[in-house]
Amino acid sequence: MAKILTLRDLSKKDVLISGGHRMCAGCGAPTVIKMVLLASDYPVVASAATGCLEVSTCISEYTAWKVPWIHNAFENAAATIAGVETMYRSLKKQGKIDREIKFIAFGGDGGTYDIGLQSLSGAIERGHDMLYVCYDNGAYMNTGIQRSSATPLGADTTTRPAGSVIPGKTEPRKNLTRIIAAHNIPYVAQASPSHWMDLMKKVRKALEIKGPKFMNVISPCNRGWRSRTDDSIMLSRLAVETCFWPLYEVENGVTRITFKPREKKPIEDFLRPQGRFKHLFKPENEWLMKKAQDDIDKEWQRLQREETPSAA
Amino acid sequence: MAKIVAATGNEAVANALRQVDPDVCAAYPITPQTELMQRFSSFVSDGIVKTELILVESEHSAMSACVGAAAGGGRVVTATSSQGLALMWEILFIASGLRLPVIMPVVNRALSAPINIHGDHSDAMGARDSGWIQLWSENAQEAYDNTIQAFRIAEHLNVRLPVMICLDGFIISHSIERVEYLEDSDVQNFVGDYRRVNPLLDIEHPVSYGPLILPDYYMEFRKAHDDVMAGVDEVVLKTGDEFEKISGRRYGLFEKYRIDDAEIGMVILGSAAGTSKDVIDGFRDMGIKAGLLKPRLFRPFPYEEVGSALNHLKAVCVLDRADAFGGSYGQLFLDISTSLYPFEKKPILINKIYGLGGRDYLPEHAEFVLKELAGIAETSKVRTFKEYIGVRE
Repeated sequence: MAKILTLRDLSKKDVLISGGHRMCAGCGAPTVIKMVLLASDYPVVASAATGCLEVSTCISEYTAWKVPWIHNAFENAAATIAGVETMYRSLKKQGKIDREIKFIAFGGDGGTYDIGLQSLSGAIERGHDMLYVCYDNGAYMNTGIQRSSATPLGADTTTRPAGSVIPGKTEPRKNLTRIIAAHNIPYVAQASPSHWMDLMKKVRKALEIKGPKFMNVISPCNRGWRSRTDDSIMLSRLAVETCFWPLYEVENGVTRITFKPREKKPIEDFLRPQGRFKHLFKPENEWLMKKAQDDIDKEWQRLQREETPSAA
Repeated sequence: MAKIVAATGNEAVANALRQVDPDVCAAYPITPQTELMQRFSSFVSDGIVKTELILVESEHSAMSACVGAAAGGGRVVTATSSQGLALMWEILFIASGLRLPVIMPVVNRALSAPINIHGDHSDAMGARDSGWIQLWSENAQEAYDNTIQAFRIAEHLNVRLPVMICLDGFIISHSIERVEYLEDSDVQNFVGDYRRVNPLLDIEHPVSYGPLILPDYYMEFRKAHDDVMAGVDEVVLKTGDEFEKISGRRYGLFEKYRIDDAEIGMVILGSAAGTSKDVIDGFRDMGIKAGLLKPRLFRPFPYEEVGSALNHLKAVCVLDRADAFGGSYGQLFLDISTSLYPFEKKPILINKIYGLGGRDYLPEHAEFVLKELAGIAETSKVRTFKEYIGVRE
C-alpha cells in the first residue's frame, strides 16, 4: 500500500518536472503534472499528446522532464504509452528488467476528448497497466483557443466566438469521465489542483491498482479563459464548489464523491471571473446561463444518486 | 539443415517472425495481410514465441504502439496493407524520425476509392518518402529472406531506421509456393541480440523522445536522416553477403536478369518480374537480346548503381503497378529516369502502368512490351511514352 501523504514527506521529494519550461505564467497544467509525478512512489515513464504541455516542456536540447518521456503525435498518447508498457511487460517476463515501473500518459482535452478518444478507448479496453491523465482546459489552447468537445456551454472560443447571432458554444460539454467509466475499468476519477491532497491521493490509489486507470483534471488556462494570471487555483476551486467540476471517483464500478461543498455555489461565481463567459451576463443570454445551471444541477443529482442508489 | 515447405507468402513471413521472436508485436486485421498476423498470433497463443501481442483498435494505434514499444528498447514488428498503411502514414514519419528500427511487412494492395482488396503498389508508393527503408520481394522465398535480413539492416548501429518488406497482395501473400526455411538457430544467430539505444525503460538514465525542434535545428535533423539513408545500401549489401553464407541465396540492391549484354530491358518490381523473366527467356531463344532489372532496395534508391546497370541499353520499359496522378509517370519510372539522367549515353525510356487493383499481368503483356521495345531499339521511334496496358479503352 502507498504511504500516507504528508507535506513533510512531499517537500523532501524531487519535483520531476523542472522549472524553466515555457508554459504560460499561471497555467494550471504544470501544477497538475507536478502533483501527479510527486504523488508516485514508483519510477514513472510518461507520454504526452501534442499540445501546450508537450511543445513547452521539451524543445531542442532542453527537456523539463526528469522522468523518461515520449511524445509521439496528437491523438496517440494512450497507444504510445500502451506500447511502452507492453515492451516493459515483455522485457520483465524475459528477466531483462526487474524494476517496478508505472506508466502515465498526459493529454489535453483536445487530445483526449476529441482526436485521441479512440486511442484511449482502445488502450483501456485492452487492459494495459497505465494511468491516463487528461488536463482539461476546455479548448484547443495550444493552437489559440478553438472549440473542443470539452468546451463548456456558452464559452467564447476563436472558432465559435460569441457573435451577434451565435452566443458562443450552444452545446453542452461531453462528459468524458462517464464515458471512460462506462468502459468498466478499475479506476476513474475527477480531480482539481485546488484540492491537491484529493488529487494526489487519487493518483496514489490509481498507481496501486493494476490495469487501466483514468483521471480527468481541470486545468485553468488564463489565456483561453480570459482570467487573471494568478487565478488558476481560485478558479479550479470555484469549479469544484459550484459543482461544475465535481470531485469523485468510480472504483470497480462504485461511485464515491470525494468532496461535497458545504454550500453549492451558483454557476455565476465560476463564470464571472472569466472573460470567455462575459456575454452570458447579458439579458438576451439568460437562457444559456439558466441551462448551464440546470445541466450542472442534473449531473450533481445524478452523481449523488449513483453514489447512494437507495436514496434515489 | 534447411527445410523445404509449400507455403503462402503470408505463412512464410509469419514463420520468419516466429524465428526472430520479437519482443512486441502490434497487429490489426486488413486484407490481404490478415492471414500473416493470424498465423503469428497462433504462435503467441501457443507459447511458441515470447512476443507480447497488442491487438490494437486501428493501424494508427498499431504504429503508435510500435513507436512506444521500440522507444522502450526492444524488437518490434507489425504488418499491414493498403488503407491500413494509409492510416499509419502520419506515424510512419515519426517512427523513422525518432530512428526506431520497427519491422513491417507490407502486403501490397490497391487504395480506395473505388475500394479494392487486390495486389497493387499504390500503398507502399504512398509511403515512399516517409524515411523508411523499403525492400521488395518477387515471391514467398524473397519475402521470407527479406524479412529476416530487415532486422539486421534496421538495427545496424549506422542505420537505426524502420524497414518495410513489400510483397504483392494475394499473388505472393496467398499463393502456395516452394519455400526454403532456415533453421531457427541460424536465423537467431543471424539477427543476434537486440542492441538497445537510449531505451525509454532505462529509469536510471531518463531520456526524452519527440521534442519540438524549431527552425534553428529542424533542418539538421532532416539532413542527418538523409545522411543515414546514404549509407543504407552498404549495410544492405553486407547483410546480403552474410545472409548468403547461411542460406546460399544471394541478395544485392537489385536483381539483374540477362541484362548485362541486353539491348532492350524491362524494369519491374515484385511478383510480375517472375512472369517477365519467362517471357525474356523466350525472346532470347528467338535471338532478341532482352533483359530485366528488378529493384529490391527501393528506398533509399541506388540511383548510381541502377543507372550504371541500364545505361548501355537501347530501349527500356519501366512497368509501374501504381500511378503518380500528377500528369506524370509512375513512381518507379521517375526513379529510373533520374538514375539515367547523369549518363551521356542512355536508353530511350517508356512507361507502362499495369496490374492495378489486382488486374492480371500475363505473359502476353510482357511480350507486347518487349516487341515494342525491339521496335524502338531498331527505329528510335516512340509511339507513346506512357500508357496503361491490360486495360479496356
